Amino acid sequence: MSANISKATKKPAKSGRTLAVLLVLFVAFTALAIVQGDTKLKLGLDLRGGTSVTLAPKVANGGKVDKAAVEQAVAIIRQRVNSLGVAESEVSSQSNGDIIVSVPGNSSSRVVDLVGATAQLRFRQVLAVGAGSAATTASLATTSTTKTGTKSTAAPAATFPAGVTMALDTAFKNLDCTKAANRQGGALDDPNQAVVACSLTDTSKYILAPAEVEGSQVSKASAVLDNTNGNGWMVLLNFNGAGTAAFGKMTSRVTSLASPQNQAAIVLDGLVVSAPRINEAINSGSAQISGSFTQTLATDLANKLKYGALPLALSVQEINQVSPTLGADQLHAGLLAGLIGLLLVILYSVLYYRGLGLVSVGSLLVAGSITYLSFLLLGKWIGFTLTLAGIAGAIVSIGITADSFIVYFERLRDEVREGRSLRTAVETGWQRARRTILVADFVSLIAAALLYFFAVGGVRGFAFTLGLTTFVDLIVVFFFTKPFVTVLSRVAFFAEGSNLSGLSAKSLGVVTDSGKDSL
Amino acid sequence: MALSGIGGRLYRGETSINFIAQRRRWFAISGLLIIISAVALGTQGLKLGIEFKGGSVLTVQSPSVSVAQGQAALKSAGITTESIVQKIGNSKLRLQTTDLPQSTISAARTALASTFSVDPANIDIQTVGPSWGKEITHKAVYALIGFLIVVMLYLAMAFEPKMAISAIIAVIHDVFITVGIYALVGFDVTPATVIGFLTILGYSLYDTVVVFDKVRENTNGITSTARQTYSQAANLALNQTLVRSFNTSLIALLPVASILFVGAGLLGAGTLKDLSLALFIGLATGTYSSIFIATPLLATLREREPAMQALAKRVSTRGVQVEAPVDKNTAGVVTSTHSKESHERGPRNQPKRKPRRR
Repeated sequence: MSANISKATKKPAKSGRTLAVLLVLFVAFTALAIVQGDTKLKLGLDLRGGTSVTLAPKVANGGKVDKAAVEQAVAIIRQRVNSLGVAESEVSSQSNGDIIVSVPGNSSSRVVDLVGATAQLRFRQVLAVGAGSAATTASLATTSTTKTGTKSTAAPAATFPAGVTMALDTAFKNLDCTKAANRQGGALDDPNQAVVACSLTDTSKYILAPAEVEGSQVSKASAVLDNTNGNGWMVLLNFNGAGTAAFGKMTSRVTSLASPQNQAAIVLDGLVVSAPRINEAINSGSAQISGSFTQTLATDLANKLKYGALPLALSVQEINQVSPTLGADQLHAGLLAGLIGLLLVILYSVLYYRGLGLVSVGSLLVAGSITYLSFLLLGKWIGFTLTLAGIAGAIVSIGITADSFIVYFERLRDEVREGRSLRTAVETGWQRARRTILVADFVSLIAAALLYFFAVGGVRGFAFTLGLTTFVDLIVVFFFTKPFVTVLSRVAFFAEGSNLSGLSAKSLGVVTDSGKDSL
Repeated sequence: MALSGIGGRLYRGETSINFIAQRRRWFAISGLLIIISAVALGTQGLKLGIEFKGGSVLTVQSPSVSVAQGQAALKSAGITTESIVQKIGNSKLRLQTTDLPQSTISAARTALASTFSVDPANIDIQTVGPSWGKEITHKAVYALIGFLIVVMLYLAMAFEPKMAISAIIAVIHDVFITVGIYALVGFDVTPATVIGFLTILGYSLYDTVVVFDKVRENTNGITSTARQTYSQAANLALNQTLVRSFNTSLIALLPVASILFVGAGLLGAGTLKDLSLALFIGLATGTYSSIFIATPLLATLREREPAMQALAKRVSTRGVQVEAPVDKNTAGVVTSTHSKESHERGPRNQPKRKPRRR
């Protein structure tokens, strides 16, 4: 049969050319995929295991989501997630302001803890400051007062009151703030414990007393340019009732102490954002932080003070933790379902349409290859990942794709029933079927597009693959199935209406001169 | 072969099933289904998944699991609110809790891990906030309305306005009955189900579009002749596309059935099952409606037009066929062989008529 086909295609026929062009394009795109090195499908977390968290910004009734704030939140969350050190973690924002965090691999509750915690801004008294790495840090200090604890000397001049324990001192000594890994932040610090921390902006390190004021006690913060005193950019902040009392207590205590214990560290996500010196007891509930701020620095600090760790309040919408075992199970089930579905469709097509059924099988295989190739390329281009819902969409589309062939085949058979020759029927049938297929596929595309834009979470993948495969269906029907049938119609097996071709007079019930066909 | 032979006979009108003439019967059946759906929705309502209420689902896989062990583990983690513990297959346990703080869920995970001696990391957890479902519902409603409007406009342009109206009514009919079945049987409704419902829209229309395309072809320039009425032409189109409708529906159903049985069999509840179940039920009603509701409805609408009534009159005076609308108000169709037509409306008042076959 293949010999016949090649003979037919040798004729200067348009159909043969169309098939050839499709083949060339397919090979070209396959080559492109191979050259780009993406020969493996990108699988979603539900297929390979991992944790995904969806967060939605909380907005007051009728309020709008501030895009800039969302982006800032994404940046902060990304910083936290990166501190886990898991490759291929992703944090992205959706058009509606939702933030989706996905971390592949073993599902761990740490991701949820990290991402879920929103207000991690704290004020702590500085107990010690040190510069540089673990090696250069001067170690345990000499005696003077206090209990069993050692007073740690870090930077040159410093005397220490109580609060620094042996364990803290060791931790402080070993902390290397020149390492980027230690400056990621994101660790959850216990507000009731003294802690060691790195600075967000430089390599200095701190020992900090237990937290005395929480970020949530800041009621207002803003960056202002001080023109009158020439202090440059500074940050004004106000505390609420409890915050005013706590901050007043803290400042009254530390202001008389020696440096650096008269500093109040502003700790964000475990990193010291700023450690301003307290010049006086502040009981008014409003304070100003001045220093050599640029506008950006001042605004950033103000934002952080205002919103806590994140520039907006987020609520956890959905958490999905899938173990790699379940992921593999889901992938397996999806592929098995696809295989069985495909076999059933092929079986029915061949049983019912005989020779034409083979055209439909061929078309399905072409559609499948193009879809797979699209998955590969889109994975590279737009970061498409295949999820379980996506697989379901692809399987469902087997039916849609096969439906287009049936519409054409039935039209073709109708035309033959009208008494047209197969060659004519292939063309006139196509004219009519084309319209139906276009309208029907267009409706499917509208459905897929709307589903995509309105769907949330994982089911979006379903809409996407459904739309993609509908589009592939159009390509296949126009540039493969139709030309292929045209070519086949020149082959004797089909043209003469062999019993197995699916176009025999008997199977069509064509009325012949000899009288009406009977069942 | 036999089925293919029927295709030819249907095409030429030798074998004809008169779908249109019996439209009242189909409308009555659908009316009944819609009433049942409405009652089921009103009394039982939909059984919503955790996505709509908020809560967590934990899944443990271990060689031997029992519901009692699972419940004990939840209790030991301090979960006293109502939880649902289900066994899936032999080695899987699915535990569904109400909306609880993350720390409690973590405790439950630890408790389960020690009860069934598995790695805590191998316990799958899905947690959904209480406001999640509201957002999904809103979006689904927007999608539904948007879809109906866009498709109606498109079909009105591609075909004709009355076809668009009939197609949309058939689609609404499908979604309503599918939702009704969900309420009646008590299947879980999850976001995947909602997406499934919405996908039915596209599917149901696919079938309808195929039939309407043929109807339009058959009725093109119908008023210039007096051979057949609009209803007759539409009915011929239905018969001519019957094999096609059957094949396209069956072929669309095969992969969906495959997902449904493989998905439910291997994974239990989840995206695959929820999606495919909604599609499965929706596809079946979609096929039914494109044959029994959409086209008869279209014929009813078109027969009200003066031009079509004039045509019907011409056809009946020529005595070619036996069917013609006589009563403008009821838009009913009486056949000359069954002239005793009850004008009382409502499904229960309709006389039982045998399908007319030739």
